Amino acid sequence: MIKQSVGIVETKYYTIDKNIKLESGEEFGPITVAYETYGRLNGKKDNAILVLHALTGDAHAAGYHSEKDIKPGWWNDMIGPGKAFDTDKYFIISSNMLGGCKGTTGPSSINPLTGKAYGIEFPVITIEDTVKVQKELINYLGVKKLLSVAGGSMGGMQALMWAISYPEMVESAILIATTSKLSAQGIAFNAVGRNAIISDPDWQNGNYYDKENKPDRGLSIARMVGHITYLCEEAMHKKFGRKLQNKTKPDFTMDIDFQVESYLQHQGEVFVDRFDANSYLYITKAVDYFDLSGKYGSLEEAFKHTNAKFLIMSFTSDWLFPTSQSKEMVNALVHANKDVSFCEIESPCGHDAFLLEFETQTNIIKSFLKDVDNE
Amino acid sequence: MNEHYLKSKGLHLNYSLISKMVEGNSRILDLGCGSGELLQMLKEQKDIKGLGVDIDQDNIIACLKKGLSAIQGDIDVGLKEFADKSYDYVILNQTLQSTHNPEYVMQEMLRVGKKCVVSFPNFAYWRVRCHLFFKGQMPKSRILPFEWYDTPNIHLLTISDFFEFAKKRNIKILKSIYTTRAQVKKFPLTRFLPNLFAEEVIFVVSN
Repeated sequence: MIKQSVGIVETKYYTIDKNIKLESGEEFGPITVAYETYGRLNGKKDNAILVLHALTGDAHAAGYHSEKDIKPGWWNDMIGPGKAFDTDKYFIISSNMLGGCKGTTGPSSINPLTGKAYGIEFPVITIEDTVKVQKELINYLGVKKLLSVAGGSMGGMQALMWAISYPEMVESAILIATTSKLSAQGIAFNAVGRNAIISDPDWQNGNYYDKENKPDRGLSIARMVGHITYLCEEAMHKKFGRKLQNKTKPDFTMDIDFQVESYLQHQGEVFVDRFDANSYLYITKAVDYFDLSGKYGSLEEAFKHTNAKFLIMSFTSDWLFPTSQSKEMVNALVHANKDVSFCEIESPCGHDAFLLEFETQTNIIKSFLKDVDNE
Repeated sequence: MNEHYLKSKGLHLNYSLISKMVEGNSRILDLGCGSGELLQMLKEQKDIKGLGVDIDQDNIIACLKKGLSAIQGDIDVGLKEFADKSYDYVILNQTLQSTHNPEYVMQEMLRVGKKCVVSFPNFAYWRVRCHLFFKGQMPKSRILPFEWYDTPNIHLLTISDFFEFAKKRNIKILKSIYTTRAQVKKFPLTRFLPNLFAEEVIFVVSN
């Protein structure tokens, strides 16, 4: 398995030696960014692609951290030799977002002024802020222009923001299962998740890092809710139906009866081992705030100064970021006289399809990048 | 489907005729663009800026491979994403007869394009007439290769039908090219009686 991937990789760290002015107006620093790179930056430094992770992803997008590692990076199917993001051709950069908990400065990091974790003293951040931090990393790596910025879901929001914030640096943008503004439904689900965390007594106003108990129950419920939105009725029906978990008939107690319950509980339980509750609060907030037409007056206006070639993809069964929201972006780009291509991919996997339907995506992305690369 | 069939038979397409009709450096929207052959030719010969629309994802991928931009979509539901008169030409090549709502598609094309190029097989071509008359079956030909039960051509029409349609809707016909076997025929009868002697027609229209 390791052979078909970029192999053993290592997360690296870069600390930005100045304060970053956040969208809220606050100056914030120091910020350390965790990142990984795959493939080689060529002499002309024009083969770099930035991939951007979704809500709970991290810098580890491809390959393995050790020989014993069972799970590869989150987009291992898409990044590697001969894959959609071909590491034989491109230099792939992936970083953990600001506010995250996988190496980049976030609420669980130590505040140098107090010597304690930031907790909810951490400033509220936005998608634009995370992109600003990524730009510092790109500068540090000596890349002047990105051949592409690519991401699914919240990663797509960042890719959009890149194309808008730094038009001179972005040659193409690949936006997958994403939206130009989070819908009321999306905000609603995030609100349930945050409420689950905040109402967990172990949350303790965000100061739980040196305590024995962490808000694991709240965070796992947040994950369960989130997970439902990543699937769809068809996918759930296919995977679980009404099948019972380790029993032949319901036992008329409040214990777990159905497989789908057990699955969600498992997803919640494993999530708390890899994610920080406060990071979940901050990142979902950043996603809630994302609204390009609100910020720029209209979506067309938001795209006005972009120079990138856009590729937009949506999935038929994705009800969290449905095709209609992708088409909204396509329409605005066409109206703004920008170069855009669009595909709606048939898939029964719901929103999660961007992590699963790699064959079709590979075909489309390879065809698209081939041309961007030629120009 | 037509495009694919014609290519597989090694038959000529009307692309070069269309290429001659459009002005260089123009903005072109190709509806039902297929795998993008026409747009590619126009890009190479006329240095146009083009965009394709097609319902089939494989065609979108084929366009991307050629370096063309294309949007997956159904032209029968309209061209909402396109602003009024935002393209110099909107092309509907060999597709009108396979749309579900040709009237609406034409109306949308004329809204979006300053000029529109429409081509379709003429169902009143003498060979087609003979086929129906003598065989008593739905005509099949080089450009109408399908059986009645699997044809995408659900709104077949004649050149006379289009003239009448254009008159009723105040559509201006700026140019008409009548062809047989993808060649412009010098044969005078084709010019005087196109509805009988032209196998195919290309119109440039505007409103």
